[in-house]
Amino acid sequence: MATRLTINGTAHDVDLPENVPLLWVLRDEIGLTGTKFGCGVAACGACTVHIDGEAVRSCQVALADVWGEVTTIEGLGTPDAMATIQQAWVDHQVAQCGYCQSGQIMNAAALLAQTPDPTDQDIDDAMQGNLCRCGTYPRIRAAIKDAAQRLSEET
Amino acid sequence: MGRLKTIARRTFLIGSAAIVGGAAFGIYQMNKDAPNPLVAGDGEATLNPFVLITRDGVTLIAPRAEMGQGVQTTLAALAAEELDVAWEDITVLHGPPAQAYYNSVFLGMAIPGAHYKDTPFKHEMREQIGKVGKLLDLQATGGSTSMKDFYERMRHAGASAREALKLAAAERLGVPASDLRTENSTVIAPDGTTIAYGDLAEALAGITPPDVALRDPATWKYLGKSMPRLDMVGKVTGTAKFATDTQLDGMKFATVRMSPTRAGMDSYDDSAARDMDGVEAIIDLGDGIAVIASNTWLAMQAAEAVDITWTPANYPVDTEGLRAAIAASLDEDADSMVRDDGDVTSAVEGTEITAEYYVPWLAHATMEPMSATALFTGDALEVWSGNQAPTMIRDACAKAVGLTPEQVTLHTTYLGGGFGRRGEMDFSVLAARIAAAMPDTPIRMIWSREEDMRRDFYRPAAIAQFRGVVQDGKAVLVDGKVAAPSVFHSSSLRQTGAVPPGPDRLHVEGAADQPYAIPHFRIAGHLTNIDVPIGFWRSVGASINGFMLDTFIDEMAHAAGTDPLQFRLDLARAEHAPSAGVIEAVGEMAGWTGQTPANIGRGVAFSFSFGTPVAQVVEVEDTGRGIRINKCWIAADLGTVLDPSIVEAQMTSGAIYGFSAAMQEEITFADGMVEQGNFYDYDAMRMHTVPEFEVRLLETNPFMGGAGEPGTPPSMPALGNALFDLTGTRARELPLIKTFDLIL
Repeated sequence: MATRLTINGTAHDVDLPENVPLLWVLRDEIGLTGTKFGCGVAACGACTVHIDGEAVRSCQVALADVWGEVTTIEGLGTPDAMATIQQAWVDHQVAQCGYCQSGQIMNAAALLAQTPDPTDQDIDDAMQGNLCRCGTYPRIRAAIKDAAQRLSEET
Repeated sequence: MGRLKTIARRTFLIGSAAIVGGAAFGIYQMNKDAPNPLVAGDGEATLNPFVLITRDGVTLIAPRAEMGQGVQTTLAALAAEELDVAWEDITVLHGPPAQAYYNSVFLGMAIPGAHYKDTPFKHEMREQIGKVGKLLDLQATGGSTSMKDFYERMRHAGASAREALKLAAAERLGVPASDLRTENSTVIAPDGTTIAYGDLAEALAGITPPDVALRDPATWKYLGKSMPRLDMVGKVTGTAKFATDTQLDGMKFATVRMSPTRAGMDSYDDSAARDMDGVEAIIDLGDGIAVIASNTWLAMQAAEAVDITWTPANYPVDTEGLRAAIAASLDEDADSMVRDDGDVTSAVEGTEITAEYYVPWLAHATMEPMSATALFTGDALEVWSGNQAPTMIRDACAKAVGLTPEQVTLHTTYLGGGFGRRGEMDFSVLAARIAAAMPDTPIRMIWSREEDMRRDFYRPAAIAQFRGVVQDGKAVLVDGKVAAPSVFHSSSLRQTGAVPPGPDRLHVEGAADQPYAIPHFRIAGHLTNIDVPIGFWRSVGASINGFMLDTFIDEMAHAAGTDPLQFRLDLARAEHAPSAGVIEAVGEMAGWTGQTPANIGRGVAFSFSFGTPVAQVVEVEDTGRGIRINKCWIAADLGTVLDPSIVEAQMTSGAIYGFSAAMQEEITFADGMVEQGNFYDYDAMRMHTVPEFEVRLLETNPFMGGAGEPGTPPSMPALGNALFDLTGTRARELPLIKTFDLIL
């Protein structure tokens, strides 16, 4: 039986066993490959997406358990129309290999939605589940603070 | 084993005679341009292997693996600087495997002698010998070589293309080419007429690009500036494509379980897996199995359900046994002695100290587990792989499926981390083999994190013993022995089937090649003959010896009663001015006084690697809830800094990679298999543990140094030295979490 999901505002009927994690539905079935596989056990954050605005590890959410609208990095912004946070990432030249950055950005976007003016401690607490082997953390921190500033000016 | 293979002078003669002989023989081949692998389409022109003019703009080939180090951006900037192409008009591609993209630095690195001692003549000799790489189709990214390699090649490619565009425009406008100038991707005539490069693409057909002189660096517009990375927008919008993002019609998804003992597979039972959801095929790969399914996760579930009996390992089966084997090789005769200054056996007055160090096995743990996509159609194979060695991987894939290299198309995608791991051929070859088992179906293969962790080519464990003598506050003798399996031999055997002659310099790099004026200074290399698969890990030998030698230098400074920063400065000043310069600079940046409050510790370390001297000061704090790293100051001298933002990022990245390893990383073995499987038991530095950084880039080095690796070697001893300053406890083993209460 197909499961209906709303992803980045578009409805999809997915014909896969209900225990398949959302990550693998997005990547292999829908073709949204911006969301990455890093560990499969919620230890690295590369697969972070939003469900109803909440940051979740998509490798741990079974298809049957997706409780709301899914937003992936592709739904946050596009190369021609980047979200404010993505523009901050560009301005701070954050990414190196880039593989973890979709997850970093989705997690940071959820942080800023909850905590518009995060302290260093807030950033530490929210972002420590997102691993980056290139060590882009100092620039991620700077980009989050910059994005917070810009978002506060936009509203 | 354990034959003394080297006396520096003799090896130099034998080594260079052999290499120069080869070069003389192939002199014609060396000087002849390699064929241009680019094929121009309609309305396009390929001016050389690096520049393709299309109707829409300019495509530049940056034939080195973009694994995060920003190589595509700076290689493009080198060509664009001469080509006068507007930054936003540039498209940059990895390009195909091809001789034209050979690494012209690697072979020159094999010439004996510490790099910091290079004279202009010696430097030139390295460059000439490096060109022999062309004969070997040696296209590889590694050794922090890319900028040295392409500093002139890319600029010449850009300059020559620019002049060809002017010739084409001159013909069209009926004016001499010398009256034309170029700017912003256009040719401009004296009367103000402009022609866009794209509009000249077809007119370039009959024009031979001329050789011209390079511009004066004083006129540079892109180089020396922080350019917006060309891969940045793709990487923050999820649109940059890694090998595991390849999408093809009718694609199936695969994963593997390969022998974790690296010895093969005795038997397997796939009866439970065959009927699982989505499973299309289970393939016997001889030393493991692959599952092809309709979804990657379903393939991984089925792979786990296959019951496999592995062949026992051919090496000591546990960490202690492996360590004992390494220790035993210290008692054998040395395999190399590439540094032997003065006479360490002579009686030297002073205070003698000794120490023994151990560093563990390490995994690369790139964020993207090993992956590749492949399509086999019987008489052709297409592979998408994020890799550091395209020509070798193309050839290995061809061989694995019974084709010729000409029948293989290899697309190099972005790499989700490399650090040396993606120079290996295994993952691409596996994808090719799986695709060959299901012809005409594109197969996208990715490993589980556990498979990635347990099928790595590890940074080897190592043991070193040092004896030192200090006198009047200075080091007068260092006698060191380093034992470990040989990365260079292991990798060479795997990739070329042979062990190169001469001493293994990588085994002792970071120790034997340091710019220290110590009157009696000997470093002996002892190779351990065990078959654990090992490979290149960011900074290679210097990741081992950087920690061990510098920690010993720190111990000597304390034994001598000299400030540790001053002690290193005294050693470097007489030997290599740029090295002394970075030590001085980092002291100034950190406001080094040698004094700290009771809950603060500071350590300094220095290492010269890949042509770049780097000094670091690390500050640690006992917070009462554990020890954290507050700050790290880095000074590096690369001679010429082509992109300050990218180099700064590489320096901090290298240090974080090193801190991660030094703090907590260790691969252990039991029953012949690696025990760690995922980030919960092999973790790295994270947002809350990373310190603040301050980086200063100097440009006094007479030769260009590398950027990707030199930040790593000094980070580990700097941290250990800071912890000693804080606690009075000297950790002679890594990871440091075994000795200190670090906040993780």
